[in-house]
Amino acid sequence: MSAIAFDGVSITLGDRAVLADVSLAIAPGEFVGVLGPNGAGKTTMMRAILGLTPVSGGRIEVLGAPPRRGNPAIGYVPQFRRTPLPPGITGEELLLSAHRGERWGFPLASASDRTAVAEALARVGAADLARRSVAQLSGGERQRLFIAQAVVGRPQLLLLDEPLISLDPARQRAIVELVRGLSRELGVAVLFSAHEVNPLLGAIDKVLYLGGGRAAIGTVDQVVNDKVLTALYRTPVRVIRADGHVFVHSEAGALDGHDPHDHHEHAH
Amino acid sequence: MDIFAYEFMRNAFAASTIVAVVAGAIGYFLVLRGETFAGHALSHVGFAGATGAVLLGLSPFVGLTAFTLLAGLGISVVGQRANRDVAIGIVLTLSLGLGLLFLHFYTAYAGMATSLLFGNVLGIGQQTVWLLLGMAAVTLAGLALISRPLLFASLQPELAEARGVPLRRLSALFMLIVALATAQAIQIVGVLLVFALMVAPAAAALRLTRRFLSGFLLAIGLAVGIAWLSLLLAYVTDWPTSFWITGLGGLAYALSHLRRL
Repeated sequence: MSAIAFDGVSITLGDRAVLADVSLAIAPGEFVGVLGPNGAGKTTMMRAILGLTPVSGGRIEVLGAPPRRGNPAIGYVPQFRRTPLPPGITGEELLLSAHRGERWGFPLASASDRTAVAEALARVGAADLARRSVAQLSGGERQRLFIAQAVVGRPQLLLLDEPLISLDPARQRAIVELVRGLSRELGVAVLFSAHEVNPLLGAIDKVLYLGGGRAAIGTVDQVVNDKVLTALYRTPVRVIRADGHVFVHSEAGALDGHDPHDHHEHAH
Repeated sequence: MDIFAYEFMRNAFAASTIVAVVAGAIGYFLVLRGETFAGHALSHVGFAGATGAVLLGLSPFVGLTAFTLLAGLGISVVGQRANRDVAIGIVLTLSLGLGLLFLHFYTAYAGMATSLLFGNVLGIGQQTVWLLLGMAAVTLAGLALISRPLLFASLQPELAEARGVPLRRLSALFMLIVALATAQAIQIVGVLLVFALMVAPAAAALRLTRRFLSGFLLAIGLAVGIAWLSLLLAYVTDWPTSFWITGLGGLAYALSHLRRL
């Protein structure tokens, strides 16, 4: 059984075909980097797996079953946060509020809830964040906390939507290593979307490139080359490797969504 | 000097205790969700409802509760749109204007406008205390039922949605509960000053605590403390109770800033 299986999946948002007849399979325990320019459908794909966005054609199977909202086997770190976190909440409290937070009733944490949260925090090396106010945490610490939150309750699949955004290279690397470790220890399959492939090199099992409604999946060597990316984007793409880095270049603009002149917000 | 020798004082204490518990509890979530302006607007709609009801020969309390509930529904229909604050603000002023018009036609009650706008806790009868107790029970039971997903959805809406929390329905339910709470609070502090009892203690409590339960209980405790102290000060000074509630609410919020976050 695959962790995720897409069989001829099409997804349309408004009148835009985000995915058109995409088929792919991701095995249990596989760490997959999801790449592609903005609007290529990285977030939409995750939302479809979560059962939040319906498919307009084809079939998705998640751990052998159709997608359904609230599937406890999936841990999720969303990219966008509409609301800033309030000052008066600790890391532990944030995780407790989310743990089984979908149930009706009054939010009183039981001893087993506390144990589950403490276990998850310890697993990602964030035990020291438990008692600190979330508003005081740095970008890297906050991302670590959200990843801890995603592994509460031992999911079999992790969906991490752009967890490297606004982190400096050292912290990006730390997050990638952390997820690599979790994927191995827990045998959990991971979809990890990112702006560019370099921070993921050496850690991921496969890359999944999205563009023009199509998808290309395989090892980095199989996918990140002139031939496959040119076919995917239907525009001449050049892949240059130097110093263990990969540069993806096309006439039409930076396909990785990465512009070397892009200013990155650095976490402190 | 025995403050409890007077029946109106006993009623005032009972009514403000009930309302303060509700206001503190609801206020905690209102502040957490950043929806305090919606709460403020609901009370203004209540003004039109109350004056309209009097014009029709009904109890102002009935009109007030009906209108705040309707407005609660209305606000949740408008939802999270970008121009929500403008829409709420326009409904708010329109309601005050309507209330003014209704008062214009109904000239018999000179003091009604003042007590609706600024509250008249010392004028509360025994019957109203019982009514408030019943409404408070319904409000708190409703809150207890939805508070777990509400807390989750307030802190992390995107994740809550993925976990199957019905965000829109939850938000609508909460607005109805806020509307009920507002109708009760108007009895004590009036349309214009609901903010003082509902928002100030909760905002201070959120600054002073780091856990949900301690923050929630402190919001209730502060609201009750402020209400009691205000009645006492009003008794001693003969100044309006509502003035003291706003003053102490503001003071509590200001003092909470002494704590570095």
